[in-house]
Amino acid sequence: MGGFPILSAMTFLPLAGALIIMIVRAATAGSREATTSDSEGRTALLAGLIISGATFIASLAAFAGYDASQPGYQLVEQYSWYRNISYKMGVDGLSMTLILLTTFLIPICLLASWNSIHKRVTEYVVAFLVLETFIIGVFTALDLVLFYIFFESGLIPMFLIIGIWGGKDKIYAAFKFFLYTLIGSLLMLVAVVYMYQAAGGSDFEILEKHAFDPNVQTWLWLAFMASFAVKLPMWPVHTWLPDAHVQAPTAGSVVLAGVLLKMGSYGFLRFSLPMFPDASQLFQPAMFALAVIAIVYTSLVAWRQTDMKKLIAYSSVAHMGFVTLGVFAFNETGMQGAIFQMLSHGLISSALFLIVGVVYDRMHTREIAAYGGLVHRMPVYATFFMLFTMANVGLPGTSGFIGEILTMVGGFQASTWAAAGAALGMIFSAVYMLTLYRRSVFGKITNPELNSIKDMNLIEWICIAPLALLTILFGVAPNLILNITEGSALRILNLMAGG
Amino acid sequence: MIDFTAMILAIGPELWLVAIALIGVLVGATLKERFNSASIKFGAIALFVAAAISLTNYQGGEAFNGLVRTNAFVNFAKFASYVLAGLALLTSEGFLKRHGTIRYEYSLLILLASFGMGMILSAADLMTLYMGVETMSLSSYVLAAFHRDSAKASEAGLKYFVLGALASGMLLYGSSLVYGFSGSTEFVEIAAADPSIGIMFGMVLMIVGLAFKVSAAPMHIWTPDVYEGAPTPVVAFFASAPKMAGMVVFANIMFTMFGDVIDQWQLIICIIAALSMIVGSLGGLTQTNIKRLLGYSSIANMGYALVAVAAGEELGAGPLLVFMTLYVIASLGLFMGVLAMRRKGGMVEGINELGGLMRKRPVLAISLSILIFSMAGLPPLGGFFGKWEVLTAGVDAGLMPVVIILVLASVVSLGYYLRLIKIMWFDEPTERFETIDGSVTVTVILAALVAGVLFMFFINSLSGWAGTAALGLPG
Repeated sequence: MGGFPILSAMTFLPLAGALIIMIVRAATAGSREATTSDSEGRTALLAGLIISGATFIASLAAFAGYDASQPGYQLVEQYSWYRNISYKMGVDGLSMTLILLTTFLIPICLLASWNSIHKRVTEYVVAFLVLETFIIGVFTALDLVLFYIFFESGLIPMFLIIGIWGGKDKIYAAFKFFLYTLIGSLLMLVAVVYMYQAAGGSDFEILEKHAFDPNVQTWLWLAFMASFAVKLPMWPVHTWLPDAHVQAPTAGSVVLAGVLLKMGSYGFLRFSLPMFPDASQLFQPAMFALAVIAIVYTSLVAWRQTDMKKLIAYSSVAHMGFVTLGVFAFNETGMQGAIFQMLSHGLISSALFLIVGVVYDRMHTREIAAYGGLVHRMPVYATFFMLFTMANVGLPGTSGFIGEILTMVGGFQASTWAAAGAALGMIFSAVYMLTLYRRSVFGKITNPELNSIKDMNLIEWICIAPLALLTILFGVAPNLILNITEGSALRILNLMAGG
Repeated sequence: MIDFTAMILAIGPELWLVAIALIGVLVGATLKERFNSASIKFGAIALFVAAAISLTNYQGGEAFNGLVRTNAFVNFAKFASYVLAGLALLTSEGFLKRHGTIRYEYSLLILLASFGMGMILSAADLMTLYMGVETMSLSSYVLAAFHRDSAKASEAGLKYFVLGALASGMLLYGSSLVYGFSGSTEFVEIAAADPSIGIMFGMVLMIVGLAFKVSAAPMHIWTPDVYEGAPTPVVAFFASAPKMAGMVVFANIMFTMFGDVIDQWQLIICIIAALSMIVGSLGGLTQTNIKRLLGYSSIANMGYALVAVAAGEELGAGPLLVFMTLYVIASLGLFMGVLAMRRKGGMVEGINELGGLMRKRPVLAISLSILIFSMAGLPPLGGFFGKWEVLTAGVDAGLMPVVIILVLASVVSLGYYLRLIKIMWFDEPTERFETIDGSVTVTVILAALVAGVLFMFFINSLSGWAGTAALGLPG
């Protein structure tokens, strides 16, 4: 404690930046008619890039001050706020990795919007920066109520991002996203209120020590599950995701798949397991079943998609199924694998959405049938696409492999059948990803409009190359991540065992 | 021997208001039309002064041989109601001028209605209570029909009057039963009397009457029609100050008069609360008139507030004040927002006409969005903490089923709140709005800042004030 509040600074830096952008815009709007000129939009994007870049640097500074050998919460800041609720922030290995992922992806999101967003750009940048604050807040909060506030606040900017800058059915998708997520979160709110009352506070450390009655645990667990299952998303409440993904702008999909989904599994790891260990044990078989259904069923659904974004969206559901499997294996391998898979999926699915965005910006269609033969015109693009296809399939040497193999090994130790079911998913993922790749990249050019298509430009390079680099780096040297997360994984398992 | 000090301590603001209203009548009779415009500021300043008096006499007192008795709990509500009434009055000037209905009677009626609110809040006796309710209601009926040339306003006024009279009758009948079986009209003595079946009958009838006044289901039918028909500034008044006063009186009566028989009325209040939440959230979904929509939203919100009442004095009093304060500020702000939007000389009332507000008037649109999200109870805005307080009270009192209904109703009502947001932010702009009165815009922005943003940071102070105020309740 004491010292510079690096976590708060990092969390609220984007929000402060967003406010400054809004004030500057309001101040300059008087001088001319309030039409969003293109140059004003570029300036706002540039400002957003600088602010989110600074946030990334701040998160690196926080990482530098973080000691991976200590399992507990670090860099803690605490101020009393309201009744027994305190403003308490801190990180452990689990949240640190997710924060780094967030701050790394947001600048990429903004950069990827450089050529694809042309209307109301200033508001777009503001929405993204506000969203960044809320996401980081979710991972840094060490107080349940504070967590809940950040968790639910994130809905508002995301709703606007989908609703304003989305595709054809954006309004429907935005409403579906909002209402689905909200009904889950509000049930969680009731549980939060109950826990706050029962334990006499909402500090994580108080709640982790408080032993809830096993019967009550079941209900609390279900209420939390309602929220996290929607967020993750798990079968059968995943149906908002394909709609939201397809309609959201590319950057919206990236942040949705890259980070927002991780909030669900983060919630399982942070609350459901350590705070309700008995209920978690009780529901383990059910969760395994849901995870396997998610993996197998959504993989098959993904196979039949004709829309590229929808295919990747379903594949996200399947890959988050591996996370569920790993989390509920209740052993170190599975949990480490789950955390690793969260990170790895954050990189790979983000990259895949960017890849789709590249051709969408040129052709304005996501129909797989409209493509084919891209390799002839876009060799660099085809190479990156290949890399991420393989990573999504789980090819050794990419981070996807590490995440899947660890969760499978962990799952195998807990339940042979669950692991066997999940293994099927790995095969299916190869089927749908390779089909997608073959039909869009290989073959002859059938669509005449493709003849003049250009390869990736510099901005797209800058967006996608770092993701490629990290995917391979973590695939070759997974210990870079596993060493950070080991402490928190063990700590969660300890708490589960009642330690 | 009359003890003036005790009188002023107990009902200083009301004495001041009634004196000012009578002076206003005299001045109006002398100056005629020349007083019309000035009366607005005259009345608003009088209300703000009344608010200040209620703050200086915060701990309250007893007067008129126990006919009135005030404490911190009701003074909190008095202060909030007077400030809101003053704001609602102050901002109505432009509207009335444009419609050519600016008359000094308007201001005086608001003053008298506020006086009535103050009296029911101060009441410690069934007689005072009924007199206060009637003073408030009769002024309100006239206000609802203040645009006497408009068929809709007349309809609203008449409807309000007929149904309101019925509810007053219920209240009176209930009061007489309670009096008959307890042998006293004083709250304290009624509370001490043996809770016989007759008193319970009377209590239920009184609950019906009070539920009408706060527009809780199933006594809510008048709300959407009156909200739609009555002039917008009048609705802004209805939706803020009397709601605050009515709900606090409701709680005050249940807590002080029937506090010991909570097991008899808790279920009734729970059912009323649940019905209000269900009707309010489902009913709003199909509305196309923004005033009707806000009417349904207020029904739902009264349901949330009643959950706090059902939680009982110890658990519910403080949360009720927090919730109501945040709600009425937001509610006033939203109606000011409706007041702010005019085009081609007419008021904008269809919700689709709000289209593209974000592009045309970004500041107004952002303020309204903050208010809407706050009223919907989304964190991190102030309204979330109001709901949090109510939820905490409900869970503490073990009212799980109602709490779950509350949560589900919040989701459903978000359907229409989101629709407003969608229209303002996503839809293409329709026609340009006319310029609007500065005072109205300022009130919208202020309400958004206070209810949405300020209390997000200072929620601890608000809940502290409310907690202290709740301690003022006897018993």
